[in-house]
Amino acid sequence: MTSTVLPPIGMLAELTHRCPLQCAYCSNPVELLKANMELDTAGWTALFSEAAELGVLQVHLSGGEPTLRTDLAELVACLADRGVYTNLITAGVGIAEGRIEELAEAGLDHIQLSFQGAVAATTEKIGNSRGAHEKKLDTARRVRAAGLPLTINAPIHRHNMEEVGQFIELALSLDAERLEIANVQYAGWALLNRRALMPDREAVERQVEIVENAKERLRGIMAIDFVTPDYFAVYPKPCMGGWARDAFMVAPDGTVLPCHAAATIKTLRFERFGDWSLSRIWQDSPAFNAFRGTDWMSDTCRSCDRREIDWGGCRCQAMAIAGDAAATDPACIKSPLHARMAALIDDATQAGAPEEFTYRRIGKVTLPA
Amino acid sequence: MTGTARARAIVTSRSRPRLRPHVRLQYDNIRAAWALLSPEKVFWPNEVSLDILRLCDGHRDVGEMIAVLAEQYAAEADEIAPDVTGFLQEWSDKFLVSL
Repeated sequence: MTSTVLPPIGMLAELTHRCPLQCAYCSNPVELLKANMELDTAGWTALFSEAAELGVLQVHLSGGEPTLRTDLAELVACLADRGVYTNLITAGVGIAEGRIEELAEAGLDHIQLSFQGAVAATTEKIGNSRGAHEKKLDTARRVRAAGLPLTINAPIHRHNMEEVGQFIELALSLDAERLEIANVQYAGWALLNRRALMPDREAVERQVEIVENAKERLRGIMAIDFVTPDYFAVYPKPCMGGWARDAFMVAPDGTVLPCHAAATIKTLRFERFGDWSLSRIWQDSPAFNAFRGTDWMSDTCRSCDRREIDWGGCRCQAMAIAGDAAATDPACIKSPLHARMAALIDDATQAGAPEEFTYRRIGKVTLPA
Repeated sequence: MTGTARARAIVTSRSRPRLRPHVRLQYDNIRAAWALLSPEKVFWPNEVSLDILRLCDGHRDVGEMIAVLAEQYAAEADEIAPDVTGFLQEWSDKFLVSL
């Protein structure tokens, strides 16, 4: 790597893999870490201090369910003290009375609350959790009452795609500033459940029309961010804005990765904070340098005008579908394997495709070697 | 508040813009630049944008903002007014500034 590595801007901190929900679309790795593997308070605060020194301006506190960490307010305060913008990504189930106010007091900037469905039955089915929907509605109200800004996040797949219009109404009724309509990306548990989650083309087209119309109609009323589905795309997304380019993530045990699915690339080794400093990992980790810039690219990508727009797309998707992490993302129309995406859609949406989920649970699934 | 109660804010000379609570303008020592932090994005406003954003304090109205900017840039208020209001409308629509 010869070009200068600029400091990172954003960090996703997966504080824990524990979660009260069992969503089949979860992007966490299938091999989830137990509580005893998690960094302790001192570990996270040391990491956050280094991150701020390194140039990180924004930290997304996620999981699992981050509010299961009893030290969350302390972690938020540590970041707020250093001027870092904090965004809490929560499922909003089982948050104790007074906790949201405590987080606001600690300096939390923003809350992103997920809804698995726009109606109770869907939320309960996807998360495998009775009563979850009402708890989320209550959390949303408490977030607003605490004066915190709110984004509603709706992860979309074939079991809730028809509810997109209702998600928009729900977010408006909860007085959210933003709504993220995020089509599920097939990594982790979502990849395991891909055949049960994949929508068909007609449903995707209807969804796009509804969302585009709503964005226009709600201009200046509610911001809508739309993450379109990769498998139906012409060009890939610049995953993480480019591998190790301006953001990274940290797993519950302190392992530092360029993206949340990077551990599926078995040819790479990832360092843990504590063994290496964050700065050394960002600058010198062979895994971080493996797909930085454009030198690693195939001719297809390197000769493409979009090479510094898409950055080759998603390395983990290339791994999952092409079997080669350095391949052009098969979501790209220029990929020789682009037709595989269509074949995977057809396979998942034909009659007889599974409807049953493998629900996310710690220690449940052993992957084949 | 219900969804139907919400309407798009349109900038007028009497609007008093301020940064929304989920948006923060701060100086970044490492990059020696002003950063505008929002839930999913970090913006790096240019000098003109910065001069406008710094005046978004919820007290000054747009007419007063334009007068200050006209003086700073030694320009006619009428000349810069469309650019300033256009900028504020765009940032209001993006949910970064409230009017």
